[in-house]
Amino acid sequence: MGEALVSARGVSVKRSGRVLLNNTDLTLEPGKIVTLIGPNGAGKTTLVRSVLGLIDIDEGAITRANGLRIGYMPQKLHIEPSLPLTVARFLALGGKPRIAFEEILALVGITHLRQAAMQSLSGGETQRVLLARALLRDPQLLVLDEPVQGVDINGQAALYNLINEIRKQRQCGVLLVSHDLHLVMANTDTVVCLNQHVCCHGHPEQVTNDPAYLALFGANSRPQVALYTHRHDHQHDAHGNIVPPDSGTSLKGTHPAGCEHNHHA
Amino acid sequence: MPDFLLYALLAGLGVAIVAGPLGSFAVWRRMAYFGDTLAHSALLGVTFGLLLEVNLNLAVALGCLLLALLLVALQQNRFLATDTLLGILSHSTLALGLVAVSLFSSSRIDLLAYLFGDILSTSLTDVVTIWLISLSVIAALLWLWRPLLAITVHEELAQVEGVPVTAVRTALMLLMALVIAIAMKVVGVLLITALLIIPAAASRRLTRTPEQMAIVASCLGCIAVGVGLLASFLFDTPAGPSIVLAATGFFIITLAKRQSV
Repeated sequence: MGEALVSARGVSVKRSGRVLLNNTDLTLEPGKIVTLIGPNGAGKTTLVRSVLGLIDIDEGAITRANGLRIGYMPQKLHIEPSLPLTVARFLALGGKPRIAFEEILALVGITHLRQAAMQSLSGGETQRVLLARALLRDPQLLVLDEPVQGVDINGQAALYNLINEIRKQRQCGVLLVSHDLHLVMANTDTVVCLNQHVCCHGHPEQVTNDPAYLALFGANSRPQVALYTHRHDHQHDAHGNIVPPDSGTSLKGTHPAGCEHNHHA
Repeated sequence: MPDFLLYALLAGLGVAIVAGPLGSFAVWRRMAYFGDTLAHSALLGVTFGLLLEVNLNLAVALGCLLLALLLVALQQNRFLATDTLLGILSHSTLALGLVAVSLFSSSRIDLLAYLFGDILSTSLTDVVTIWLISLSVIAALLWLWRPLLAITVHEELAQVEGVPVTAVRTALMLLMALVIAIAMKVVGVLLITALLIIPAAASRRLTRTPEQMAIVASCLGCIAVGVGLLASFLFDTPAGPSIVLAATGFFIITLAKRQSV
């Protein structure tokens, strides 16, 4: 699938003597969706910020494709109430749109919100506006930090559906951070489970006939959310140290050799 | 109109016009306390300016800028919250300025003039300097308007989109330092922040876009200068504080209006 958009090799990030990210590899390719999951403090945001070039890494290397155009959807947006800003104005701050403005507004479903104040938007509406701002750059890589947070479960399915449509239409790579360890986007090509280092990665299982899912998302469409089964060859104790797996757990997952096991050393 | 009053009015208008947009950024970016800290360091700039016999406006602007850069450096390795840091710098520089004035100035300095402004003694040279700096800062703000707004809304998003965030932020500090240097003549170091943020805050409820807010803030600031000077002339009140009070009056009036956006 062509050249990698971003290729991170052996990336480590330390802050105040604490290891936030250790010897982590990540490859992002055009047209592929990579979902990043992991517990709180696992370094998901650190890895995303490294990919975006917002923070310096201490070890390893990150190579980006020449002139890579990234559309970034941050996790949070706080706009001071003192700043009068409409949705249209907010979108214009990203620079001249590289693709048809109206089209994107219609695609993410915010056409009716153009003149609304940014501060008046609901959580889900804000997410859509942020997505629109990222899309208006016609990005080759879309980086979405917890795009479905604060969105109800039907809204999540709709948003995931939208991201998948955009990926198909524009053949852009997608890096998606999910706050949920087990529910990920069904169309994800690769799931990367992070806990300071890459614990495991692989394809999510498609859950198409589980009655619980059909009840949640309706039987009319393919589910936009899938269960991801973790295949760890190690576990973390309460201090984050690696301990041997429970007996009976299959050891299918891949674990990078030479991986630092004292996470909180 | 007597000359001194005309010069005072022109000086006040020159500052009020640029204070509108710059003050809006101070409000949007929660820089009120930061502005205070810069303003307090202005007194130190005055002392060194007198000591080294250089142009006072230049000395003050340089002093403010050095302090701003020091603040940025201190913020990088943050072991103290920003407001604590600002509190330390703000009052230390004010105290240092007061001590330095009494130690180094051979000729007696009218301390009150620097603390509360001395707009009625504005000379023609002052007026020209104020307008030159004011118009340059406005030009720079126009040039940097979109990146400035972008980093105000979300710094990291702006950086990913290619805005040189550190450079733009430093530029804003530089512009602030320049405006503090010229505003000191009008309202003095203790009231500069008021001239920046009160018209902008009053403008908020009357406007629906960032640009409108900046322009209306400039207009309100200009009217406040006129009203304040008139009050000072009629009732013999101190000019700088009268201007600030006039602006506060506008702010209180706008509280009655409903917020539109």
